[in-house]
Amino acid sequence: MAFGVVTLVLSYVVQPKYPESEKLSAYECGSEPFSDARMPFPVRYYIFAMLFVIFDIEVIFLYPWAVVYGQIGLFGLVEMLVFIALFLVAYVYAWRKGALEWD
Amino acid sequence: MTEIGLRAVISLAQIAAVMGVVMLTVMILTLAERKVLGWMQDRMGPMEVGPYGILQPIADGLKLFFKEDIVPAGANKFLFSLAPILALVPALIGFAVIPFGPNDTIEVFGLQIKPFIVSDINIGILYILAFTSIGAYGIILGGWASNSKYSLLGGLRSAAQIISYELNVGLAIVGVILLSGSLSLVKITEAQSGWFWNWFVIALPFPQIFAFVVYVISSVAETNRLPFDLPEAESELVAGFFTEYSGMRFAFFFIAEYANMILVSCIAAILFLGGWNAPAPFLQFNGSLANLAWLSGIFWFTVKVYFFLFLFFWIRATLPRLRYDQLMRFGWKVMLPIALANILITSIAAYLFPR
Repeated sequence: MAFGVVTLVLSYVVQPKYPESEKLSAYECGSEPFSDARMPFPVRYYIFAMLFVIFDIEVIFLYPWAVVYGQIGLFGLVEMLVFIALFLVAYVYAWRKGALEWD
Repeated sequence: MTEIGLRAVISLAQIAAVMGVVMLTVMILTLAERKVLGWMQDRMGPMEVGPYGILQPIADGLKLFFKEDIVPAGANKFLFSLAPILALVPALIGFAVIPFGPNDTIEVFGLQIKPFIVSDINIGILYILAFTSIGAYGIILGGWASNSKYSLLGGLRSAAQIISYELNVGLAIVGVILLSGSLSLVKITEAQSGWFWNWFVIALPFPQIFAFVVYVISSVAETNRLPFDLPEAESELVAGFFTEYSGMRFAFFFIAEYANMILVSCIAAILFLGGWNAPAPFLQFNGSLANLAWLSGIFWFTVKVYFFLFLFFWIRATLPRLRYDQLMRFGWKVMLPIALANILITSIAAYLFPR
């Protein structure tokens, strides 16, 4: 953190500053920028983000189980088989619904 | 008071040392990448600056340091300045839990300290996963704040790609935790001591070779390296999320990418290839810190990490870039089932043949 701030400040002191409107405009291969760049983007991204949140939480549940697995034996194994089966139901549902397609 | 103060000073010294090593490695990597790519394409790479081009990273660094720092007219100034720091800090902060060498303690001014690990916390893996996820914020904020179409597209692609492959990384690591029974990187390394067949990539009861492959491919995707570098694909997005960045801020994104490469290589070496353990016990000298035995630990760790870094360059020189739908399909429909099946088989094997 300190490294970042110190380097930025030092660099700010030594660098040249010659602002021009042409230079400050957004890069668009040399042509004049048109329209706002903050356009709406496809809903696909949201679907993947939500799938990620759901599945990632399930993965986090696997971590404590994996740590104590050596001590809980058969009970832990069966519990986790049930858990992963539920995980698979959600996964197969998302797949069959076409949520994992990108086109 | 004095003990706390002394501890703080020692910790700061350790942090400074680790930062120095990481920064030096980043500098070496920028040159090494161009040299390795050059050799693979039958050219020499950079040759002008210094003997055999070895001063090239210093010249690049100085150039970026003295460059003008442009903030585009339409950009959100606060987020635009915040994004590079937000990308760099999580990449560097992960090194705090990496054990670089044997877990010995030495006594300095009456305090027990571990010289090769800044802090051995018992949830090391979770800590690193959490911070690599924060790195994605830096990239997507940088893309959005620039107010450029290329940057926005690069940032969005990067976010979707990182979260997709983050899942596979998380699932691939579960198998290793199952076998070692701990989230601490030191304990995981110690569980792999002895001969090389104790390394988790080929260890019984179930070799983690599938998890290893999933982890390596996913970490290439997570660090936005070729063939998964769609967020910064030169031929379609100019430079992706850092199109509008210049000078030191650009350098921050650049350092962050290389620091992330080093970090994922360190984790791969620790989780699957036994960290500082030598392939055979007689190659690992035992003894205290006084007689330089720790050098063999550092040596083997460095060899393994550089093997992975070379693999990054090798893959870059060999494979063409994927299409975006292929990338997402590969992550969700190929890697995820493999990683899940690996967890199932490993847990059954670990139940039948406990270590």
